[in-house]
Amino acid sequence: MEHGDIAVRMRGISKRFDLKQANTCVDFELYKGEIVSLLGENGSGKTTLMNMLAGLYYPDEGEIQVGGRAVSISSPAMAAALGIGMVHQHFKLVDVFTAWENIILGGKDYDVQAAREKIRKICDRYGFVIDPDKKIYNMTVSEKQTVEIIKVLYRGADILILDEPTAVLTPQECERLFDVMRNMRSDGKSIVIITHKLNEVMEISDRVVVLRRGEYVGQLETAKTNPQQMTAMMVGHSVTLDIERPEPVNPKKRLEIKNISVTDIEGVKKVKDVSFYMNSGEILGIAGISGSGQKELLEAIAGIQKVDEGSVTYIDEDGNTTELIGMHPRDIREMGVALSFVPEDRLGMGLVGNMSIPENMMLRTFGESHKWFTDRDKPRKVAQDVVDVLEVSTPGLDFPVRRLSGGNIQKILVGREISSNPKVLLTAYAVRGLDINSSFKIYDLINEQKKRGVAVLFVGEDLDVLMQISDKIMVLRDGEVSDIVDAKKITKNEIGMLMTSTKELK
Amino acid sequence: MNTKAQKEPLIHLTKRGAMPVYKAMIIRALAVVLALIVCAVITGLTTGIDPIAVYTSIISGAFGTARKTWITLQDVSILLTISLALTLAFRMRFWNIGGEGQVLMGGLGAAACMICIGDRLPAPVLILLMLISSLTLGALWGLIPAVCKAVWNTNETLSTLMMNYIATQIVLFFTILWEVPKGSGKIGIINQDSHAGWLPQIFGSKYLLPIIIATAITVFVYIYIKYTKHGYEIRVVGESPRTSIYVGINVKKVIIRTMIVSGAICGLVGLILVGGINHTLTATISDGRGFTAVLVSWMAQFNPFAMILTSFVIVFMDRGAGEIATQFDLNQSFGDILTGIILFFIIGCEFFINYQIRLRKKGHREA
Amino acid sequence: MLGFLAFIPRAVAQGIPLLFGCTGEIVTEKSGNLNLGLPGVMYVGAISGVIGSFFYENSVGTGDVNTALAILIPLLCSMAGSLVMGLIYSFLVVTLRANQNVTGLAMTTFGVGFGNFFGGSLIKLYKADIPSISLSKTSACFRMQLPFADDLGVIGQLIFSYGFLAYTAIIIAIVVAYVLKKTRVGLNLRAVGENPATADAAGINVSKYKYISTCIGCVIAGLGGLYYVMDYACGIWSNDAFGDRGWLAIALVIFTLWKSDLGIFASILFGGLYILHLYIPTGMEHMELKELYKMIPYVVTMIVLIFTSMRNRREDQPPQSLGLNYFREER
Repeated sequence: MEHGDIAVRMRGISKRFDLKQANTCVDFELYKGEIVSLLGENGSGKTTLMNMLAGLYYPDEGEIQVGGRAVSISSPAMAAALGIGMVHQHFKLVDVFTAWENIILGGKDYDVQAAREKIRKICDRYGFVIDPDKKIYNMTVSEKQTVEIIKVLYRGADILILDEPTAVLTPQECERLFDVMRNMRSDGKSIVIITHKLNEVMEISDRVVVLRRGEYVGQLETAKTNPQQMTAMMVGHSVTLDIERPEPVNPKKRLEIKNISVTDIEGVKKVKDVSFYMNSGEILGIAGISGSGQKELLEAIAGIQKVDEGSVTYIDEDGNTTELIGMHPRDIREMGVALSFVPEDRLGMGLVGNMSIPENMMLRTFGESHKWFTDRDKPRKVAQDVVDVLEVSTPGLDFPVRRLSGGNIQKILVGREISSNPKVLLTAYAVRGLDINSSFKIYDLINEQKKRGVAVLFVGEDLDVLMQISDKIMVLRDGEVSDIVDAKKITKNEIGMLMTSTKELK
Repeated sequence: MNTKAQKEPLIHLTKRGAMPVYKAMIIRALAVVLALIVCAVITGLTTGIDPIAVYTSIISGAFGTARKTWITLQDVSILLTISLALTLAFRMRFWNIGGEGQVLMGGLGAAACMICIGDRLPAPVLILLMLISSLTLGALWGLIPAVCKAVWNTNETLSTLMMNYIATQIVLFFTILWEVPKGSGKIGIINQDSHAGWLPQIFGSKYLLPIIIATAITVFVYIYIKYTKHGYEIRVVGESPRTSIYVGINVKKVIIRTMIVSGAICGLVGLILVGGINHTLTATISDGRGFTAVLVSWMAQFNPFAMILTSFVIVFMDRGAGEIATQFDLNQSFGDILTGIILFFIIGCEFFINYQIRLRKKGHREA
Repeated sequence: MLGFLAFIPRAVAQGIPLLFGCTGEIVTEKSGNLNLGLPGVMYVGAISGVIGSFFYENSVGTGDVNTALAILIPLLCSMAGSLVMGLIYSFLVVTLRANQNVTGLAMTTFGVGFGNFFGGSLIKLYKADIPSISLSKTSACFRMQLPFADDLGVIGQLIFSYGFLAYTAIIIAIVVAYVLKKTRVGLNLRAVGENPATADAAGINVSKYKYISTCIGCVIAGLGGLYYVMDYACGIWSNDAFGDRGWLAIALVIFTLWKSDLGIFASILFGGLYILHLYIPTGMEHMELKELYKMIPYVVTMIVLIFTSMRNRREDQPPQSLGLNYFREER
């Protein structure tokens, strides 16, 4: 393939954070008028590398050239002056500002009329649709992303970096984004798209650069490669993507959810009239675009979220039923319903960063006894067990959780839930951000629970994994059940369709 | 812009992991030494007095005589107790700067009992009633901002601040209502003859009681935070409100309960001040200690035992300042200036404990 | 009616120091810095002006003062004093990322001590029997009214009877409101206070904005102290006389929902509430009730505080990063 002029060259870049080496001697090149995928698993240092190009971090070592000239990008302003703009995964927008206020932020002049005109021109040129006077806090995720991209273009960027732009979009919105990206490419702009989704790489990019554990692995031309080859480069050795799926043994109805509806604090209906049941010894997968009501549904079952209407019935071994709605979360938990929800920032929901591992183990159990003082010996034992079994790497039990790596934090969170020997295990994003080996360890753990006769609810992001581990899959769309299907008999495309349209529309 | 783009940042900051405790202590000690030197220079420049003489008289002011030492220890106890009360709130990230008002209300509770029913009840019953009314009023003053925070998420820094002034005015109202003699604007010593409601002396010393109470509360707060369920809940709420909700902790209940305890301890201080030390009630009885206690608690990183040291440093400076004032005919406020400077250094030095500064090496960039 | 007419100018005079303090704190808080050192800053602003004017008046001796110098010297001294306080706060909080609450309280300890110490020292130099300094000549310059004020009767009384600093306060409040709402600098500053990471990514120098707005805020607040001594108190400094007005100014910021133009009316209202007790007849029998009336401004603030938190409108909330320090590489 022929290259145009060089836009960016990074050579020998290294960056270290506290305990973690994020990038080691990475090389990266970008030419004018091309779309490059920066591919790697979560935690492989993709975002860190690009943050250094965007001036957010400063490299410990290495050299950056822009347009053939060595530069030192010590601030985002400097990056902008060099024509580099980045759309971050967590949008950098001021919530109480309007779209146009956000777009013109950081510039020099303050000519509202001219600014509006310029925004309109950019929208026309690349095909964006946006209301410039809408406040950010009233916007959907896709609208916010649009604002971010316009913002970068407004500042005259020729080099755009998009960090996992599709994670929050529907397939239709993705298509629209890709169209815009193609328009920009034909306009001579260079684009880096950070992703770990292989199908996107194949669809949009000209070239792929692969990182693994913070190191440069190699680059490929998209036209001459295939997903298998890229996977191999990402994970280091070719792995079988096969996850074990034992047959359910003697499934019995364990939890029945009937007509649940949930409204959040802002008055938005997040879960609409959802009904399903869970069997013991079975894994029920939940598919859906993030924000389709997964979190609220799980929280409703665990008793944390207030429910507008509906019922959650627990059926024990002997067929006795208990209504969970209205019970205190602690009592629901004592019945054997465990919830492990891994949030985006891993901490903040379920773990306390500044506390030690035993103190985090205590979070779930400390309320059980009715003494004044906390029991400190049992959590310590549980913590030791989790550390041993899940091979958590930590300098010691009393080390604050916050300072462990993401994978280890997650093992502690999931490990704690499993250690309580639940009857029902609700787990969301259990492998979020984990490398392949740790992920498989978690899958094994979940399957072990299944074999023990636990009813498992598994919310996942990766459809491939979801289809392999689940017995049944429930697809959520905008808070409603789109369909419940047999995981063995459905294709990925069909699930994708269900995620965006309801049964009737199909 | 082009020339600027070439420049490498000279100073580059990174956040440190944990620093060994001894190293952190060395940095803090250095900061104090540096602060004392700066104070000495400033003293010399502004007053023309030999700084060494000033420091000597600070020490003699705090420990010059047995009586001075006792008063210093008593003041440390009072400040320490307030700091401990505030610490309970701070550990759950509730910025209670209303210690002042809570102490005042506690004092009011004690004084009300002494004045209104002092002559009619046997001492033990009276003191019990004083204790109850002090604790209740102090707790009430903690409860109001706590309820606002829990129910409407009202900013507690500002609501507790306002509660201070409301308390001051209430106390002033009663001061004039109970003033002796009429028109003096002062209550004067309450029950001077009968000593009704005066807290008992321990082993014949009137200084021991506050010290004993402070010691007991230090141990109590330490154990409460570290080993009890309540304390565990406080820490979880402070570190991560979202996690608290997740594990079924009732955040509102924890905020309200903790602020009742925090306010009650401040109320107890009011009782000691009125019933044990001053035997009168004025609107300035707390003397800014509600604010100073915030600094004491924070400088000790919310550790009850470290607070003994930090409250001691503050009281030492304050007592010393009084001595300078009389000895060199300076103004009492000079001590505040010195205290302020020392605080700036201590506050500033935390930076060197939490962050690492790296200077860019010259010429490591390839040509 | 007559009582009411006399009440308004006094309420205004009482409100002006609060307005300076409130506007200054708004400018500071919009950058995300919660400066609880404001009371200290206002003390320093006042005493610095007093020191300047004291030495100028003494150098002139019994002769006449030059009006321009008598105004400029205290004004510049006051601004310099508050600026130093602003720099101390900014250095600790922005550069060294110290806890804002604690730094603020330390600044208040330091500032009030500084004011009372130098006030006390000057009193001694003055060798007066009364515990206060009287700078009547300087004060006269600060209190100069517009020449036609007296001719306009009631209107003149209500609107034109104040010293120039009072009008300055109102102009500053309007300018600040305009800058925040309608200019590039205001937009950038608001972005810094709402979401410094976003502002940083947009190429705004977060530290610079925080430094400058904090320092400007402190200088404005310091003028409130100067106004109090030179105009309101007729040039008489006595220790602790300024009282808790600094804290009241902080309360006023919340009361006005971070809008300095609203602050003009709110501060006059507060000024009125502050002296309302003088106008409510209690009779000699119940002097103690006056103390309860003095409680009114604080109770009102408390109620407003609760009401705004109940209403919970996005636009009425404090700047989102208020009280938090920014470190770019925070992970």
